[in-house]
Amino acid sequence: MRNTFADTFYELAKNDRRLVAVVADISPAGSIAKFRQEFPDRFINTGVAEQIMIGMAAGMAQRGLRPFAYTIAKFSLYRPFEFVRDDLCYQNLPVTVVGIGPGVTYSTLGGSHHAMEDIALATSIPNMTVIAPCDPEEVRAATRWCATESQGPVYLRLGKAGEPVLTKDAVEPFEVGRMRVVARGTGTCVIAAGPILGLGRLVAEQLAAEAGAPVTLVSAHTLKPFDTEKAAELLRSHQRVIAIEEHVPHGGLSSRLKEVAWDSGAKCELRCFTLEDAFHHVYGSHADILSAHGLDEARILAALRRPAQVPAG
Amino acid sequence: MSSAPKPEVRSSNFFDADAARRRCLGFRRRILAVSQQVQALHVAPAFSCMEITDAAYHGLIRRAGAPSDDTFLMSKGHGCLAQYVILEALGVLSSDDLAAYCTPGGRLGAHPDYGTPGIEASTGSLGHGMGMAVGMSYGDRLLGADRTVYAVFSDGEFQEGSTWEAMMMAANLKLDRLVAFLDLNDFQGLGRTSESHPAFYPVLDKARAFGWEAVEVNGHDGLAIVEAVRGREASDRPLLVVCRTVKGKGVSYMENVPIWHYRSPSPEEYRQALAELQEISG
Repeated sequence: MRNTFADTFYELAKNDRRLVAVVADISPAGSIAKFRQEFPDRFINTGVAEQIMIGMAAGMAQRGLRPFAYTIAKFSLYRPFEFVRDDLCYQNLPVTVVGIGPGVTYSTLGGSHHAMEDIALATSIPNMTVIAPCDPEEVRAATRWCATESQGPVYLRLGKAGEPVLTKDAVEPFEVGRMRVVARGTGTCVIAAGPILGLGRLVAEQLAAEAGAPVTLVSAHTLKPFDTEKAAELLRSHQRVIAIEEHVPHGGLSSRLKEVAWDSGAKCELRCFTLEDAFHHVYGSHADILSAHGLDEARILAALRRPAQVPAG
Repeated sequence: MSSAPKPEVRSSNFFDADAARRRCLGFRRRILAVSQQVQALHVAPAFSCMEITDAAYHGLIRRAGAPSDDTFLMSKGHGCLAQYVILEALGVLSSDDLAAYCTPGGRLGAHPDYGTPGIEASTGSLGHGMGMAVGMSYGDRLLGADRTVYAVFSDGEFQEGSTWEAMMMAANLKLDRLVAFLDLNDFQGLGRTSESHPAFYPVLDKARAFGWEAVEVNGHDGLAIVEAVRGREASDRPLLVVCRTVKGKGVSYMENVPIWHYRSPSPEEYRQALAELQEISG
């Protein structure tokens, strides 16, 4: 995803001098290194200093530029949060804050590098658009939109590297603000935001095999503005909706779906699988940490065989 | 944005110190008048940076209010009454705007809001102005714009780490078109800065250690402020003008008395203040 972002950014920035990269001491992936060589003035490294990364991006946007502030999610959004809120969102400036490796992606680095609450934080601010592409193809489309079409601040939540393409045969196109049906089925619908749609697809395939009927798979790539209309339709047209997200239980995709379910009088079963509301002191692969939070295929399928319970607070 | 006329106010090389004193006297009286309309916050902080703001607009900025202009940023957003009354005098804001200060029908609050005519950034939360000023100045360079950014900071604001992050970056980028004024009035929320933060001083040394040019002037002497900027040596460094000021300057009972950070004068206090501002006019 990082490389796709870098390639896309480089291709656009070659022909648009308004595009500027402001990074905070992160090694530039792929084509960003090429961009840095060719356009050194438009590649600014603020060092280990994230408040000035955001502040500078705001000032440049006030001059008509379209900066991308780029670093690890925990440091692009959390550390300079008040600068994101005041400088970017309050002033409604077209700056894209790129968060690399959200959730528990940095699985050996511990809780200090985990951005498990980023969607809740980012979506809570007025004027902010929040996009979590599920695969490199969606990264390409989202980056293009941020660079050329967005009118205000965006939090662009990317994975890390090596994510598979999930949307090659998607039945609907990528459109910011619209939930995207990747595969159409009946009865059960699996919705996910971000690369964890890969786990969602595994679950959907298993459920389809058990039921002998295709399962709907949806990429909820835009968390804000949230596509409440499509969400209500999916909740209405399926008997069971399953949400999977790499985010704490509150303030993310699951919360939004539950709100829409109430507001739209949904009758379906709605099951949500998220990171736990806990810091787990576990190290290993990304999958290991997700598993420690209950997010793996076996645990989700086992939980689905049990009746739903109201989760503890 | 407003369609209000934006008269060209080009500064001449001559900065008339007496005219500046008369202007600032009038601006203080105007601020006091506004303070009688509503519970005007931040009268004393505006008096503290009155001459700095006037010197920037009348001695340094090449044209006030137009898009191709030099930029003025009130990073210490609570000083914005000083800026509002100058923008009113320049015709960028209207007397109706000032009449509706801090009321539901108006568009001026106790901190400046981006989008209001003449206001180039939303400030108020301290520690934000330096970063945006750095971004603006660097953006000007990228776009080839011939523009200087002038920004006013409070001494309390220089306790924010973000200010120093931005100052380091300004020096790294050699932003020689960035001029920062430090309104060193020695007061902040809990009292005297020199008592709570003695290690803050001397400020000049710290700014220079961060790669800035730095000079110190009497912050109530407009001519000294203008000359400090105009007379600087050619340099590729940003400039900090440390302005020694008195909080509440011009009204005896406000000077160095913390309550006037927030309070509006009573009618009687208002009359006394006007009388004092008459006296010093000569």
